Amino acid sequence: MSMDTTQSGEPGASPATDPVTRTPLGKVRGTGSAREGAEHWWHERLSSVAVLMLFVWLIVSLLRLPALDHRGVTEWLRDPLAAVPMLLLVAATFWHLKMGLQVVIEDYVHDEGNKFLAMLLLSFAAVGGAAFAIFAVLKIAFAATGLRG
Amino acid sequence: MSRNPDRPLSPHLSVYKWGPHMLVSILHRVTGAGLATVGAAALVWWLVAAASGKEAYQSFAGWATSWIGIVVAVGLSWAFFQHLLSGLRHLVMDIGAGFEIQGNKFWATMTLAGALLLTAGLWLYIVMVRGA
Repeated sequence: MSMDTTQSGEPGASPATDPVTRTPLGKVRGTGSAREGAEHWWHERLSSVAVLMLFVWLIVSLLRLPALDHRGVTEWLRDPLAAVPMLLLVAATFWHLKMGLQVVIEDYVHDEGNKFLAMLLLSFAAVGGAAFAIFAVLKIAFAATGLRG
Repeated sequence: MSRNPDRPLSPHLSVYKWGPHMLVSILHRVTGAGLATVGAAALVWWLVAAASGKEAYQSFAGWATSWIGIVVAVGLSWAFFQHLLSGLRHLVMDIGAGFEIQGNKFWATMTLAGALLLTAGLWLYIVMVRGA
């Protein structure tokens, strides 16, 4: 998320290459930038592969379930081999969708104030949605017999 | 902000000839946004309803099997398959492959056709094999 509001725009003014802002220690080590520029891009790809595998698992699992009613779904989710992939699916999905919507906001919301607000709401919605879904899966998985009634 | 007419204008989108690669590019974003909002909300609703008990789950199931729920579900499944296939196309392009114009347009068209086929196949399976 770039909150940089500097308008200098001079070529070569980045801390990595500018001889003025580059620290002597950085010069000696030859480290350049913090090397995290591609992190968001890379995590988007990483999570996309995770989401791909987990959703293929979910669709195949749901199609193989004998019934999709309350009893069928909760008994299925009580199995750790269903609950754990479902938890991973929720985490990977909300991680992936947060990063994806963040890029959409960065591309279309140009006002710095609105962008900040949109990012804030996106972060809260992503963490909140994931928390509700994870709590629901855990509640089903850890319930002994309480959900049958 | 007024524009100085002496300064050159960056190429406007409308100067480009519309093609399948452009359609797939914007569809990837549109389907992603749809899945991230409507799809994520449906996922949370389904799980929370299942955890809340039989009545909450029946309320969810009632909506999911109503005609509006089925329209949303078919739309979400198409969006999922389109985003999946165009996402795979992006992963291929991320390693630097598939930029030749003919191949690029061909695989863009294939993601469109593949998403429609997979959506049709899924719902045919649900209706025919599972008996809806």
